[in-house]
Amino acid sequence: MDVRVSGVRKEFDRFPALHDVSLDINSGELIALLGPSGSGKTTLLRLIAGLETPTEGKVFFGDEDASLKSVQERNVGFVFQHYALFRHMTVIDNVGFGLKVRPSASRPSNEEIRRRSSELLDFVQLGGLEKRYPAQLSGGQRQRVALARAMAIEPRVLLLDEPFGALDAKVRKELRRWLREIHDKTMHTTVFVTHDQDEALELADRVVVMSQGKIEQIGTPDQVYDTPNSPFVYGFIGESSSLTVRIDNGEVWLADRTLGLKSDAPDGNATLYFRPHDVELIDGCGGCIAGTVIASRRVGATRRVELEIGGAAERVEIEIPADHPAREKSRIAFRPKHWRVFPQA
Amino acid sequence: MRHELPQPPEAASNVWHPATTESRTARFILVGVALVFLGLFLLLPLIAVFFEAFRKGPAAYFAAFADHDALAAIRLTLLVAAIAVPLNLVFGVVAAWTIAKFEFKGKAFLTTLIDLPFSVSPVISGLVYVLLFSTHSALGPWLKSQGIEILFAVPGIVLATVFVTFPFVARELIPLMQEQGTTDEEAALSLGANGWQTFWHVTLPNIKWGLLYGVLLCNARAMGEFGAVSVVSGHIRGLTNTMPLQVEILYNEFNTVAAFAVASLLALLALVTLVLKTLLELRYGAELAANGGH
Amino acid sequence: MTLGFTLAYLTLIVLIPLTGLVWRSASLGWGGMWHVATDARTLNALKISFGTSLIAALINVVFGVIVAWVLVRYRFPGRRIIDAIVDLPFALPTAVAGIALTALYSKNGWIGRWLDPLGIKVAFTPVGITIALIFIGLPFVVRTVQPVMEEIRKEVEEAAATLGATRFQTISRVLLPGLTPAILTGFALAFARAVGEYGSVIFIAGNLPYISEIAPLLIVIRLEEFDYTGATAIAAIMLLISFTMLFVINLIQAWSRRRYGYAT
Repeated sequence: MDVRVSGVRKEFDRFPALHDVSLDINSGELIALLGPSGSGKTTLLRLIAGLETPTEGKVFFGDEDASLKSVQERNVGFVFQHYALFRHMTVIDNVGFGLKVRPSASRPSNEEIRRRSSELLDFVQLGGLEKRYPAQLSGGQRQRVALARAMAIEPRVLLLDEPFGALDAKVRKELRRWLREIHDKTMHTTVFVTHDQDEALELADRVVVMSQGKIEQIGTPDQVYDTPNSPFVYGFIGESSSLTVRIDNGEVWLADRTLGLKSDAPDGNATLYFRPHDVELIDGCGGCIAGTVIASRRVGATRRVELEIGGAAERVEIEIPADHPAREKSRIAFRPKHWRVFPQA
Repeated sequence: MRHELPQPPEAASNVWHPATTESRTARFILVGVALVFLGLFLLLPLIAVFFEAFRKGPAAYFAAFADHDALAAIRLTLLVAAIAVPLNLVFGVVAAWTIAKFEFKGKAFLTTLIDLPFSVSPVISGLVYVLLFSTHSALGPWLKSQGIEILFAVPGIVLATVFVTFPFVARELIPLMQEQGTTDEEAALSLGANGWQTFWHVTLPNIKWGLLYGVLLCNARAMGEFGAVSVVSGHIRGLTNTMPLQVEILYNEFNTVAAFAVASLLALLALVTLVLKTLLELRYGAELAANGGH
Repeated sequence: MTLGFTLAYLTLIVLIPLTGLVWRSASLGWGGMWHVATDARTLNALKISFGTSLIAALINVVFGVIVAWVLVRYRFPGRRIIDAIVDLPFALPTAVAGIALTALYSKNGWIGRWLDPLGIKVAFTPVGITIALIFIGLPFVVRTVQPVMEEIRKEVEEAAATLGATRFQTISRVLLPGLTPAILTGFALAFARAVGEYGSVIFIAGNLPYISEIAPLLIVIRLEEFDYTGATAIAAIMLLISFTMLFVINLIQAWSRRRYGYAT
């Protein structure tokens, strides 16, 4: 099912949580809403679910306007960070709940409900735990039950709110991979919220980067990582270094020197962004960035050095080969291979 | 994994409704039911007390307190509370201290025993002392020969009151002190304070609001206890009648205004208790252990 | 040393007197106990005590849960005061409650005068006893259920809603069953308290043998007749039942903790 969010604004008690957000989600896609806390990602997810109503704008499921539909009518599968299992029900009763509460006309028979719930439990690899209560399961198992419960109602779209947020690191990694497998088998349209960029990049077909109630960038993991379109995305996804520069006639200048980089940004002060690992080292240059090493540390297979650039005492971090003979106080010159310049506001 | 399932029917309403609350109408009805119920069963009796007390005007109301027996009842009630409450306060603090700060076998059982008086009918609480001290008991004749009067005298009333108010302070403090653990005390001891100094300067300040809370409830019950005291008192006017017993006697003699006048004092005590209790909860809620009914 | 003091005080004030009661009833033997228990007047008193307590506790469960819900979920003017008022029965001396209720429900009382023409007699009947027991039992249910209700996570309700449950289904199939252990405990506490209640009941009950005479009153009557054996036997029966209730409450808690991972 395609899901389309169109021009949505949401205010809580006059406090704006989302400004004019639009987003098209294709059927069968696995989408990550990524952003820091307070970016509005959970609000957006809850708006799609119908747990909140937009102050302005619409949500479409396919061609149908779902904005005025209550959450019960939207038929979405929602998975909560803290599982939200019904603790007085056994695992299998949890999974079957959505079918049991249907009006009698569309409710499957009890045996049918039992059979399907059982099937789903096998599918999420929890076969044999039907009679357990949620309190008797581990966190990872609980979240699998929650997912099975959400899938049992044949949702038009599956929404997951920080689904792995309450789990420890090891289980989180396992479940991440497992969720991808589940999605590839079922092809449910799936939207999940996370503040963990690794999770978003590893899992999603497309990543929606959000900040302060706005969508900053929508793209595949490669796109958002390789060609961030805003300083925020540069800073939030992956590591980045930045330098204050000046644009003059399409040339990028650092203090009184041109760097030999071209930019179509307007003239004036700007910030140059690049990835610390995405640089080439140059010996004695005319057009490059040069600085004095003030700190150096070994990180895995590479070496990280912090450079002090020019008199302005700006500092940037770059990655160099581990065997590079960089010492403190020695000079290093480099030029970023991929970079972007954003005008300063 | 796609099952062919009939989709739920489209609902007729096209009005979005939040998922975690009831409709306005349902809310209105529920609040209404709760208010009417509480008004009818709790508030109305309270109002009735004051209304009946002043039915014949303030003069008749105040005349009720000029009565010699009524004054004696008030004095006795204050006396009984003045003995019973401090006794249970000391016990409560010591018991809570013991249970919260030390490990020993049968701790859970001890906690249950402390709660025991709450599950005993007040009448039975009185009865056990009658059985213990009456002339038919093993102890009775000896006490009589020594000229010690317990039953149908002030000591019996005090004992019965101590029994029924026994758990209040302890059960308020036990969870509180358990939650606070022993680290503060250990720190004080490591700094060279002795046991008593530690208690006075570290433990007591930590529990003072909980203690006050417990004392408040203990006192309300001590002054208001009826069943247990009624059984052991012997209803001797001017001597062994507490205020609640005086209320009963006046009421049974159809001296309604006087009965309700004395009752209004007790109701006032209840109101003051409630106000103080609410203030304590509002102000020091975090420092009071969460606990349910009494 | 503090343990010694605790034990000594506990023994002196609670254990010795209670042991005295048990001792005395034991000396009565099963035969004697049976004799007293099956006496028609005793039997009726027990029946009335337990019957009215049961009805009162059931009514308190219904209204106590509603009151707790309203206090936890809704914001309305005066909520704090209402919340405080719930504890009134804990604070108001039972005798005061007793005469106040009698004044309200007697034939000329504020409420009684409306019921009397309809042929409904409250004062001096088991209905009156039940009303007094509702009064004293209500806070037990509210105060047991309220904290558990406060801890219900909003997501659980949202989860039910996303799964298609109507609000009514969410409440009846998710929230209330989750509250069952607390409701049962509150019920048991209110019931246990009601069975032993004396002060608030005797004024409104009218105390007619076989009709509106409660068991605690019968103990007092036996005592006044110097029939200590009779009084002891009734007390022993009541104690036995109270302790069974206490035991049941503990079982509920243990069961709930084991199964659902939480207790009330």
